[in-house]
Amino acid sequence: MNADLFLVWATRLLVGAHASGTPSSTAQRIYFANHTSHLDAVTLWSALPPDFRAKTCPVAALDYWGANSFRLHVSTRLFHAVLLERKVRTGSDPLAPLREKLRSGQSLILFPEGTRRPQRLPATFKSGLYHLARAFPDIDLVPAYLNNLYRLMPKGSLLPVPLTTGVQFGQPLRLLAGETKPAFLERARQSVIALASTPPS
Amino acid sequence: MNPKEKFMAVFAGVVFLLIAASVVTCVLRRRSAKDEADSKRAEVIANLDARVKAWWGMAGLLGLSFLLGPNATLLVFAFSSLLALREFLTLSETVPEDHAALCVSFFLVLPFQYFLVSIQWYGLFTIMIPVYAFLVLPVFPAIRQQTTRFLERTAKTQWGLMLTVYCISHAPALMLLTIPGYNRQNALLLFYLVFVTQVSDVLQYVWGKLIGRTPIAPGVSPHKTVEGFVGGGLSAVGVGTLLWWITPFHPLQAFGFSCLIVLMGFGGGLVLSAVKRSLGAKDWGTSIAGHGGVLDRLDSLSFSAPIFFHLVRFFFAV
Repeated sequence: MNADLFLVWATRLLVGAHASGTPSSTAQRIYFANHTSHLDAVTLWSALPPDFRAKTCPVAALDYWGANSFRLHVSTRLFHAVLLERKVRTGSDPLAPLREKLRSGQSLILFPEGTRRPQRLPATFKSGLYHLARAFPDIDLVPAYLNNLYRLMPKGSLLPVPLTTGVQFGQPLRLLAGETKPAFLERARQSVIALASTPPS
Repeated sequence: MNPKEKFMAVFAGVVFLLIAASVVTCVLRRRSAKDEADSKRAEVIANLDARVKAWWGMAGLLGLSFLLGPNATLLVFAFSSLLALREFLTLSETVPEDHAALCVSFFLVLPFQYFLVSIQWYGLFTIMIPVYAFLVLPVFPAIRQQTTRFLERTAKTQWGLMLTVYCISHAPALMLLTIPGYNRQNALLLFYLVFVTQVSDVLQYVWGKLIGRTPIAPGVSPHKTVEGFVGGGLSAVGVGTLLWWITPFHPLQAFGFSCLIVLMGFGGGLVLSAVKRSLGAKDWGTSIAGHGGVLDRLDSLSFSAPIFFHLVRFFFAV
């Protein structure tokens, strides 16, 4: 727990992570956000109220965060991440570990773009979010916009620049009856885009 | 008075002022609680209350750093520069190709500037950012061949460094001056600069709230009024002149320097408001309750400090 507090404190000091529109009850959720840097998951996690954090795990890519024992330790021990196989092979179910977490009552932090992109607005979403929404129709899907992180630590950089960031949470959404996969994923993406504050001209 | 007695007198004076401000705020709040209809008034008083509380914190921090010595004071200013630079660059949109230049600004230029103050290397201190950083920083994004808004992005980084690091570092740099007949009292001179700058801001705010009618530049800063500027500025010059005994100046010289601090501070507030507006923001940040960001508090100091430093150095230091 002390390691968690230190992590939150360090994140706040380094990147600000000012939260707004934070959900108020501890109900189980899937948070989904735009993905632009390595700091995204810990920033979003730090922006959650303390009693939410213990029940929330970020979803991280197995091919990157499981690539060596150091990364594996950081991702699973420090950040309590659940690792996801990004390359889908026939017959495998990459979402199985996520379903298991959800069944055990944990909330998830998911980046549906699947990879980091150095841009202000999110690109198209991969279908994992849709499949989870269909399998767990009673769990709220909460969009979040991570502001400024794409400038902090672009892909390939080692040091984050200490600019101030913000996490803007939005209204929860769920899969509508009869909604198609592309329609749902686009609606989810637009709900994140709607949270992006207008950039300085 | 010996330097120690001057410090004690100044300390007591600041504590007295803060207590007075807290009492006045408390009385105003009680009065406005009776009159519930006036919500705009209540808002102003709530903001005033937050501001006074923040002043206790800022004065306490600076006072503590004076007690701990010049290096502690330098650290407080370096940290303020860091927060101000962060606010400035957060609002200035950059692209991923600027990352190297930003890293160099935060992690090399800023600490090095304050290091130069601490080792008292005046020659490099005055040119490191305007010459070396100015020329070297734009090379990084140029190598990355990102030419979209190149001049704009580079200029914003350079303005950020100049205002928040270079200009503000001139305040603690007062401690490296050797002024004949003013041994071991340079911290008082730094206090004088900060105090007159901030008192000018506060008094212009108070006069403006009481009798302000005619806006000076409503398109840039809606709260600055002619009445506030004249009343607050003259009162601040009065305060600065009456404090001549903590400085190396005669009363008349103190009057001149106070005028300078007030005018430069006014210019700083106005220019940084214009910069802020051109970046599309109302406040620089949210870190000081009631005030906005760190740069909302340091805008006037960033303009008064360098000129004050150079004139004192030119006329009084050896």
